[in-house]
Amino acid sequence: MSITGTGGTFATGYDSGTGYNFAYLNEQTKRMIRRALMKAVAIPGYQVPFASREMPMPYGWGTGGVQVTASILKTNDVLKVIDQGADDTTNAVSIRQFFEKTAQVATTEKTTDATVIQTRHRIPEQELDENQILVYQVPIPEPLRFLEPRETETRKMHALEEYGLMHVKLYEDISRHGHIATTYAYPVLVEGRYVMDPSPTPKFDNPKMDDMGALQLFGAGREMRIYAVPPWTKVTSLDFDDHPFEIQKWDQACALCGAENAYLDEVILDDQGGRMFCCSDTDYCRARQENAQQEAAE
Amino acid sequence: MMIDDKPLLRVEGLTMRYGSFAACNDINFDLYPGEVLGIVGESGSGKTSLLKCLAGDLEPDEGQIIYTQANGIEKPMADLTEAERRLLARTEWAFVRQHPRDGLRMGVSAGANIGERLMATGARHYGNIRTTATDWLGKVEIDDDRIDDLPQTFSGGMQQRLQIARNLVTGPRLVLMDEPTGGLDVSVQARLLDLVRSLVRQLNLSVILVTHDLAVARLLSTRLMVMQRGQVVEQGLTDQILEDPQAPYSQLLVSSVLQV
Repeated sequence: MSITGTGGTFATGYDSGTGYNFAYLNEQTKRMIRRALMKAVAIPGYQVPFASREMPMPYGWGTGGVQVTASILKTNDVLKVIDQGADDTTNAVSIRQFFEKTAQVATTEKTTDATVIQTRHRIPEQELDENQILVYQVPIPEPLRFLEPRETETRKMHALEEYGLMHVKLYEDISRHGHIATTYAYPVLVEGRYVMDPSPTPKFDNPKMDDMGALQLFGAGREMRIYAVPPWTKVTSLDFDDHPFEIQKWDQACALCGAENAYLDEVILDDQGGRMFCCSDTDYCRARQENAQQEAAE
Repeated sequence: MMIDDKPLLRVEGLTMRYGSFAACNDINFDLYPGEVLGIVGESGSGKTSLLKCLAGDLEPDEGQIIYTQANGIEKPMADLTEAERRLLARTEWAFVRQHPRDGLRMGVSAGANIGERLMATGARHYGNIRTTATDWLGKVEIDDDRIDDLPQTFSGGMQQRLQIARNLVTGPRLVLMDEPTGGLDVSVQARLLDLVRSLVRQLNLSVILVTHDLAVARLLSTRLMVMQRGQVVEQGLTDQILEDPQAPYSQLLVSSVLQV
């Protein structure tokens, strides 16, 4: 059995070949998650509660992202999974294998080829377009949580747009460090309404969320929340008039591909103090190196 | 002191019950701008329940509380939407709690505590917020260099003064104080009272002050209300009641004060 939508097919039902229902979750669960996703897209930045399921992986490993991905996957999708920008880290490999096994979809490491990208901690350097969906794994969806522990209270604050507290956090940063020292999970205002936690991506990636062509979906499994940023939506990072939002900068280029405007990881090379900085986005780095080789050959 | 002819707050027939027990029974009073109303009585007389009703923390079973907003609108509290009530609570009202820990945000610095109400009402300039915070620390006699310290590192008296600064920074029109000097030693109490008295005069605040300490009431309040078992047994000018109490309970209360 299958449901045909625009540009692809949602496979449904048990597949005796894989031994799983398509993409692991049963159809009622996928339906419930899709309904939450529809609501999330309709109210950008608003956290929609959903009945998160137990997944065959521990909480904190992307159970929310996996459920979202499972609910939106179609048979002709090409899936890319990244963890800290890399395609070859444990979390990325295991989730990719999970969907290869349960949904038998094509997978890729190339950002440009992917239609669905599940990510932890990074947004690809390559600009995404309308034909792509970016799924984030979110540990703590509530940006106000560390300032206000009561869920009843934070919901009220969202409802009444009482976001002064968020600036209290930024104030504390400046008073302690002289600048806004929050470097990841940097709070953003979505379409001028809801303050949202962009998941623990570095603030370097915040500007990419603004006016992005791709649909951005956020799943928090343990906290049972789904939220979304539709394509071409305004996403503003919070700041002070006299301390404007700034992204991280490095005083060197990527040691492998020479990229100057990419997010760099510091890699320790030996125990003699040797270190290098290279792109955290492995696909971006590889593509740049291949291009450079090609140009050199020509 | 200017007293406008329109009351800031009107309380009409307010009754608050816990089950069948009436904590406040048919309370009536008006509060005019610039006035300090002291509410005294022993523990369990309904003072704090009354204050909680006024602050909107508890809902009265009968009667109403009518507040005149800065824009002149007179509205019963029960008719305010939650959004309106919370907006008033961070702009026009202030609540100084008995325990500073309940009124302060203990996890953030003194400066951020003072700045919170400013940021909640739209201040987005770090430099200005900090200047205002420094200013207010001075007003409540806390050293400037403590601005980045956590309230946990402050003494009880300093915490209480910080709480006052945090509440008064947005220039509220109505200040509710619940035993502001409770738990402080007498010399610290005296300084705090001095401070509150001068702030009340400077800013022309309207205050409702709940206390069981007659000395505090005498020093700060212009008018006094004596409560016993949820009832107002006597009300009038502070000096009048303390010098010449009429109700038997007021007489008992006045005569119970230790003379040093």
